[in-house]
Amino acid sequence: MSKTTKKKTTKRKTSKKWARVDGRKPDELRPLHIESGVIPNADGSAYIEMGRNKIIVGVYGPREMHPKRLSKPNSGVLRCRYHMAPFSVDPRRSPAPSRRDQEISMVITDAIEPALFLERYPRSVIDVYAEIIEADGGTRCASINAAAVALADAGIPMKDLVSSCAAGKYEGKLVLDLGDHEDKKGESDVPVAYLPKIDQVTLLQMEGIMTQEETEKCIELAIEGCKQVYEAQKEALKKKYGMVEGAEEKEEEPDEEETVEEGKKETVEEAEEE
Amino acid sequence: MTKEEKLSTKFETRDIVVPGDLLYEGRIRTGENTFRREGNVYSNKVGLVSYSQDRVSVIALEGTYTPLVGDLVVGMVIDIALGQWVVDINASTDAILTITDAINKSFRTNFDMTKVLDVGDVVVAKIVDLDRRRTPILSIVGRELGKVHEGFILKITPSKIPRLIGKKGSMINMILRETRCQITIGQNGRILINGRNREDEELVVKVVHKIETEAHTSGLTNRIQEYLREIKEDRK
Repeated sequence: MSKTTKKKTTKRKTSKKWARVDGRKPDELRPLHIESGVIPNADGSAYIEMGRNKIIVGVYGPREMHPKRLSKPNSGVLRCRYHMAPFSVDPRRSPAPSRRDQEISMVITDAIEPALFLERYPRSVIDVYAEIIEADGGTRCASINAAAVALADAGIPMKDLVSSCAAGKYEGKLVLDLGDHEDKKGESDVPVAYLPKIDQVTLLQMEGIMTQEETEKCIELAIEGCKQVYEAQKEALKKKYGMVEGAEEKEEEPDEEETVEEGKKETVEEAEEE
Repeated sequence: MTKEEKLSTKFETRDIVVPGDLLYEGRIRTGENTFRREGNVYSNKVGLVSYSQDRVSVIALEGTYTPLVGDLVVGMVIDIALGQWVVDINASTDAILTITDAINKSFRTNFDMTKVLDVGDVVVAKIVDLDRRRTPILSIVGRELGKVHEGFILKITPSKIPRLIGKKGSMINMILRETRCQITIGQNGRILINGRNREDEELVVKVVHKIETEAHTSGLTNRIQEYLREIKEDRK
């Protein structure tokens, strides 16, 4: 309850000066929190909170593809599944995959694919499962962000991380990272996925009406947002190893790769003696 | 290092990097887990960067298993096809084990393959070849290879196997000494453990988990030794 009253007061206070529903600046992201390695049984995983969006992503693979006829002889296949939990929206929705789920799954696949070296895994598949636990506008962007972190966490070779963010027009102003309300009531919405280091856009959709200039500005704004998201993604990946990082003495390790073979043989011999 | 070279390295050795990070500007050989784009070298995995004189590489912290010829793996028989077993080795493709690689003598075509290995059996095998579709070909002819009869399997991230073995086997030898268990390490991230009693085996499991979570830190062998001693004293 307190939330609603808060909203009202902020609106009243700033009634002369234009403000967004949640009091953000036009170029401000919602609070962003990403965590990696949250599902122990998955090869890689991530959990993202982008505003009130809550999404968990699991990555499995590269592994043998079933059914086999869908695999490609000369490259791997990326298979993404976007699914909204029945309780993720109000009113409750059917758990069966909808047309919208299917489309967003495809869109996420296409957005992430350019960042991967799929040609290294012929006849295999990389599965990405994004489960929306709570939805609050911009779930496709949040899913892409979490999926990129989960893929990196799975140790799958990538050219770059994929960052995603939407921009749009709400009450005549260009705004970044639209929430559910702005998404529905606003004039326009432009989700963008972006490879920050390669400087390449991999997803560009648009809904609603804007002039050409506005659209261009919107895309630029979204890309700026993506760059902010990228920093959060990087931090999430490093945080997993941050716990014990401080106590480093810098020795050992570097040349151990070569000794693997030797060590292995010794193991076998030693085991036999026991 | 000359001034110019220093400018082109973008990180300190052993810094954590993420996919897409620029590691080196200019001409240098690309080591493991790196790739070249527009003449510069980038990382393609989460890992610790390592610069040596003529190459830059990344020691991966996470990673799936990539089969290489000569690797010792722990696999599970998942299917029997004509003249061959299909073995799951935790890689992107299943491995093949043919009869000729399984028994070291002649056989008839009506040979009952299930007598050697059946679906569900666990094998310790060696990768002898990768065929032209890069399917791993296994062999169980040799010492310490073949069907596994007792023990249990522990799974860890394959990229952390080198840490478990340590420099010239220092880590694993220490563990073997302290726990008196039989341990076979598969390069594919599966570890076969067989001890005299449950307590010893649990000790190995604890230690392996500790190694897995702290694989990226230095001075690990000593710390593990300390850790083992602590647990042992607690038991007394």
